[in-house]
Amino acid sequence: MPDDSTTPAPAKPQGWLRRLRSMPNDSTAKTLLVAITLCLVCSVIVSSAAVGLKPLQQRNAEEDRRRIILEVGGLMEPGKSINELFERVEPRVVDLATGEYAEAVDPGTYDQRAAAKDPAASVAIPPAQDVAQIRRRANMATIYLVSDNGKLERIILPVYGYGLWSTLYGYIALEGDGTTIFGLQYYEHGETAGLGGEVDNPKWRAKWNGKVVYGSDGAPDIEVVKGTVGAGDPNARFHVDGLAGATLTSKGVTNMLRYWLGDEGFGPFLRKLRSSA
Amino acid sequence: MIREAKKVLLDPLFNDNPIALQILGICSALAVTSSLAPAIIMSIALTAVVAFSNAAVAAIRNHIPNSIRIIVQMTIIASLVIVVDQLLKAFVFGLSKQLSVFVSLIITNCIVMGRAEAYAMKHGVVMSFLDGLGNGLGYSLILIAVATIRELFGSGSLLGFPVLPTVADGGWYYPMGLMVLPPAAFFLIGFFIWGLRTWKTAQVEQPEYRIHVAHGAEVM
Repeated sequence: MPDDSTTPAPAKPQGWLRRLRSMPNDSTAKTLLVAITLCLVCSVIVSSAAVGLKPLQQRNAEEDRRRIILEVGGLMEPGKSINELFERVEPRVVDLATGEYAEAVDPGTYDQRAAAKDPAASVAIPPAQDVAQIRRRANMATIYLVSDNGKLERIILPVYGYGLWSTLYGYIALEGDGTTIFGLQYYEHGETAGLGGEVDNPKWRAKWNGKVVYGSDGAPDIEVVKGTVGAGDPNARFHVDGLAGATLTSKGVTNMLRYWLGDEGFGPFLRKLRSSA
Repeated sequence: MIREAKKVLLDPLFNDNPIALQILGICSALAVTSSLAPAIIMSIALTAVVAFSNAAVAAIRNHIPNSIRIIVQMTIIASLVIVVDQLLKAFVFGLSKQLSVFVSLIITNCIVMGRAEAYAMKHGVVMSFLDGLGNGLGYSLILIAVATIRELFGSGSLLGFPVLPTVADGGWYYPMGLMVLPPAAFFLIGFFIWGLRTWKTAQVEQPEYRIHVAHGAEVM
């Protein structure tokens, strides 16, 4: 590093700008100054881009979530707008503990993800029961019903839980019988692209169609198995092929479904639905 | 000046292509070229990042302390990539979801830092911007060519519109499964390099080593 003393001493006092310009590039002061200035300028640029574009991004994310709800429920039609198609689904809020509809709560304004963080609107899950690793669960959940001429056709339920790196947020669509799966699809996750990220693969998603959630004892038996489901597997209707190279994501999917379709989640609601059907 | 600018802008297309001659940025070329739409978005994103990072580095090149110059370049590049990523999420959400990590991985794309270090540190703002633009376009050229071939033969479509009706849709075309997989891009880039070097023989490298027949010599 060049010595500061080699620069000629200024003959008379100079402005700070000229002192700055005459500073040798590799002096400690200049290095610090350049680093700090650069970081400040860059952080202002990055944060203003992030803040300025946030409303647009949130609108996109919301529209994407609604698209996933339509897709998982098999309601997507080419050429029609998402808003138009979304008229066909009826959002309802369910009280998870009782399994009853919470008529007092407006599904248009209720935000389950925000409620899960609010101590007054959620419960802490004891670690032994927290298989989905979500720590807190909102008391109420927003579900989407698809009916045809008054007959309940499909129920779309929100499910989420931890995979390998991230919490996966998605929807599972059940047939009107409350146990046969129509589809499972995620709208937000941070799993490894190409491995755990294959939860988005249409071929894998198609394997869920027709699988059954509840065994004869009424507990959720649905499971993502390691490898492929064998031809002779007596429980093949409860089993879905695992994702190659993504054991922990596959396990996370099993765990979140076991949790959300179990007694802690939508179990009471679906039990009522099955007994009334 | 004009001639120099033209050379800086157009040379990276064929004479000094970042992928085909400099062999930089191969990973993303394999990953995002299975269909055309993400390849085009990736090309635009990378071209914007190289051009603006080159210009920014050139603007402050006389004030960058040598000891932290790589970090300074990385900070500029990373900030630009984040801005580009945010823009994509705001305006082309579907495609940005499809590109997933590859946009953020522009930070590690060797072309960007390669150009900052090799060109922008020594040249003016305008020329550096043109150099970035040229190299971005050279990258885009290969990326779009590879993606066109892969989507056409791998899925029978271009930009999602069916061109060769596939058997699955009741047509006659059996898609080439290999084209959808990343190795196809590797082979195609190989063919491009072969073609380019046959056309422009100046790009052919001298062999570093020739195999000689050794008579009775001991192997050291």
